[in-house]
Amino acid sequence: MRTIGKVTGIISNLVIVEVEGRVSQNEICFIEHSDAKLMAEVIKILGKKAYVQVFESTRGLRVGSPVEFVDHMLEVTLGPGLLSKNYDGLQNDLDKMEGVFLRKGDYTAPLDNDKLFAFTPLAKVGDKVSAGSWLGEVKENWISHKIMLPFKMTGEYTLVSIKEGGEFTVVDTIAVVKDKDGTEYPITMSQKWPVKIPIRTYKDKPRPFKIMETGIRVMDTLNPLAEGGTGFIPGPFGSGKTVLQHNISKNAEADLVIIAACGERANEVVEIFTEFPHLDDPRSGRKLMERTTIIANTSNMPVAAREASVYTAMTLAEYYRSMGLKVLLLADSTSRWAQALREMSNRMEELPGPDGFPMDLPAIISNFYSRAGFVYLNNGQTGSITFIGTVSPAGGNLKEPVTESTKKAARCFYALSQARADSKRYPAIDPIDSYSKYLEYPEIAEYLNKTVAPNWTANVFEAKDILLRGKEAHEQINILGDDGVPLNYHLKYWKAELIDFVILQQDAFDKIDSSSRLNRQHYMLEKVLWVCNTDFQFDSFEEVNPYFKRVINQFKQMNYAEFESDNFVKYENELDNIIQERKIA
Amino acid sequence: MEKNSKAFQRVYTKLFQLTKATVSLYATGIGYEELAIVDGRLAQVVKIMGDMVTLQVFAGTEGIATNAEVIFTGKAPTLKVSDELAGRFFNAYGEPLDGGQVMGQEREIGGPSVNPVRRKQPSELIATGIAGIDLNNSLVTGQKIPFFADPDQPFNQVMAMVALRAKADKIILAGIGLTNDDYLYFKQIFDNAGALDRIVGFINTTENPPVERLLVPDMALTAAEYFAVEKHQKVLVLLTDMTLYADALSIVSNRMDQIPSKDSMPGSLYSDLARLYEKAVQFPDGGSITIIAVTTLSGGDITHAIPDNTGYITEGQLFLRKDTDVGKVIVDPFRSLSRLKQLVIGKKTRQDHPQVMNAAVRLYADAANAKTKLENGFDLTNYDERTLDFAKEYSEKLLAIDVNIDVDTMLETAYSLFRKYFSPAEVGIRQEFIEKYWNQS
Repeated sequence: MRTIGKVTGIISNLVIVEVEGRVSQNEICFIEHSDAKLMAEVIKILGKKAYVQVFESTRGLRVGSPVEFVDHMLEVTLGPGLLSKNYDGLQNDLDKMEGVFLRKGDYTAPLDNDKLFAFTPLAKVGDKVSAGSWLGEVKENWISHKIMLPFKMTGEYTLVSIKEGGEFTVVDTIAVVKDKDGTEYPITMSQKWPVKIPIRTYKDKPRPFKIMETGIRVMDTLNPLAEGGTGFIPGPFGSGKTVLQHNISKNAEADLVIIAACGERANEVVEIFTEFPHLDDPRSGRKLMERTTIIANTSNMPVAAREASVYTAMTLAEYYRSMGLKVLLLADSTSRWAQALREMSNRMEELPGPDGFPMDLPAIISNFYSRAGFVYLNNGQTGSITFIGTVSPAGGNLKEPVTESTKKAARCFYALSQARADSKRYPAIDPIDSYSKYLEYPEIAEYLNKTVAPNWTANVFEAKDILLRGKEAHEQINILGDDGVPLNYHLKYWKAELIDFVILQQDAFDKIDSSSRLNRQHYMLEKVLWVCNTDFQFDSFEEVNPYFKRVINQFKQMNYAEFESDNFVKYENELDNIIQERKIA
Repeated sequence: MEKNSKAFQRVYTKLFQLTKATVSLYATGIGYEELAIVDGRLAQVVKIMGDMVTLQVFAGTEGIATNAEVIFTGKAPTLKVSDELAGRFFNAYGEPLDGGQVMGQEREIGGPSVNPVRRKQPSELIATGIAGIDLNNSLVTGQKIPFFADPDQPFNQVMAMVALRAKADKIILAGIGLTNDDYLYFKQIFDNAGALDRIVGFINTTENPPVERLLVPDMALTAAEYFAVEKHQKVLVLLTDMTLYADALSIVSNRMDQIPSKDSMPGSLYSDLARLYEKAVQFPDGGSITIIAVTTLSGGDITHAIPDNTGYITEGQLFLRKDTDVGKVIVDPFRSLSRLKQLVIGKKTRQDHPQVMNAAVRLYADAANAKTKLENGFDLTNYDERTLDFAKEYSEKLLAIDVNIDVDTMLETAYSLFRKYFSPAEVGIRQEFIEKYWNQS
């Protein structure tokens, strides 16, 4: 018998339900409203009263409406066919919904129950299996999607039978297992999992030791993100957060990309819907959409589903990680999720923490970030979730609670600077304030020096040093005037500008410049450092600016040219000639 | 004290609590957000606790007695939509100001959102003739963008100019706390342009109660959805001034005893504003809603909660600023941004457009640095002086809001300025464009 109740109070999307029978925290319930059923989640229980947040508009809802509880938390459905889908925050398939407008209580199935997948077994009858064990595989787009023993099945089982092959739907039984008491359980290709609980079917979660190439120079070269690592991008509006995230999702070296558009603009999601099916994945040569799944809770969609959207996205990522894949998860923006928590906490009249946010915000954020990571699965294979969240700090102030809480949780910090954005220096990642903790990991340094070049990390630190000195020189020039400082200061400043224009700045809308592979990044960094370490002859500071402008212009033409193409070589030769003009032999 | 006057209408006459903006009474069978009439004034259900119902009275509660008549209408606020809306002006409740009637279908305002997968990516350029917009911050149908301006700047004039040049099928004006003078200005300028039959106005002036303003944007956007969805028309919605809308929100939340967040604004400000702005949409069948809004600033402060939240929602913002060097109001190239311009520039316009735009802004930034140097009493280099001369002419010929030329002419003007003051290397745009256009214009 399911618990039932009835509505006794309504304040916006917070509804108070008088419950008859047992009810649990975070349990899902459905409120009857005209001909629809509105989904809601229990967030507080006081005696017989359950406070529920409704994932829909409550307009027209009446006191006395019947409520039915379903005895489980918010769950997602996992199985082949998730890739390339466009979901809302509750994993409803948006393409299956009818009409132009979203209708209240219109819930659609996340998977296609009639689609056939060619199944190949990986396990044999008699094998000992446990939650997350690979039983077989199907092809989903181009990845081999592992069919696993459902994560909810605790303990050890023995495989009784398994299909030898053939085509099945996600609801067909493909295997049967039995527990130690001999009870048999049929297994299908789909399963359900509550989004707020991490999937932990792995053996070990080591420190990340590889880097995740993003094609973005200022990240890969100066502040690399580790595979299985976490990073966050705070920035005021207009500083290019979204363009940067989209560019990462297009170029990152991941098997699949899950994007949680959390409380952001609908047109940004439309951009992905529209462009990704036509864009090529530079690595697999297939269409980008084939490796991308979108969880869209745009800013005009129900606020309560925002929180659900990031958890739904993380759970899908964990599912694919358990198959031994490299998953990149992007959430834009986690501030909207925090705001949704604040709205609800406010309505429940909880005592507020800083800026009205709930007191447990830092705990919620660090808990979420900790679900990312590189893992060794029980069968020895590896998988990873690399997570990048964006933060939209109120008033561009990085001292606000969401940014501060996130800073404690994430290992990479990509601070977008308004000043850089104003002068159109994109991506506007501040080279001095930003950091990657991974650069300090000896295992990452070793990996980089082995895979890129033996002197790579030394070069990176040298470039950072030049940038810092350039900034100091610039401050001195601003205080003392162009002719009030030694000529050397101008050189220091322009060497930093050279790195800024050639390495840091990157044209996200140019076909070639938008993505730069590590070998190319290595080549360009060497070249730039070679110029920086050259001794030049200048008679006055007035000669420095026009000369370096020419050098930068030449480098930019190289960046716009196909790597190692005739044009690239031509521009490089011209550059060498320019350098010779003033080089002290 | 319950009596029945009409079917579906329930009438109550016993209020047990009155505040400046709300009344509470005991009633049953009431729907959330349902509309009621309290002593002849419109009110909406904002809270239900058991049989205790709290209503927000839009016009305020002055003079309402504890035995005032409360009639529940059984529905959320609505607007009657049909072609009869065109050419007319309405109050915040959707009643024609000309005293007449509108025959049409009744629609709930503040209706559901468009399914994102049913949207189309915006791709149609809106040409305004103003180079500060078309060259640097091109607008696209289906976009939502506000003017961030101090109250003394001519934002309503610029907005009216943009609206008239935008070739929209319908222009819907939502006057939120508009001064009566500005209301008459809009009416007159649309009339003079012979565009009055394309206009629909929903007007709440400063003479009307502030809380009524909360209905105006929803009314305007409901009308816009009617024309865009059912008539497949290109609709331009003008929201002026959204700061006053947010102020009305804070009044209500304050009276409802909610905990304020930053700048005394309600914690739900972001969602409240997003719900409106996200009505901007491009449909696949050609219909579209484009929103141009005004957010007035206090002393140019964009970190205040209203412009800050707006900036995170809208697809860019346009800044007006008086350039004292040329004595004209310009569209500030540094702080203005159109996020959707990438969808049209270099695609619907000449392919060198993005590079020319960026180069000009970069040189303008160099001029700003040179100006700082000058102000600090340092010597200027020859390059600095050239950028200053460039900046002046750029401001006058391209950034000023009185410019009215097409995009190709804007690009040619930019090249002529580049040529006059700089070498190709200093401008730093792609070699192929230099070869093609440097000596052309």
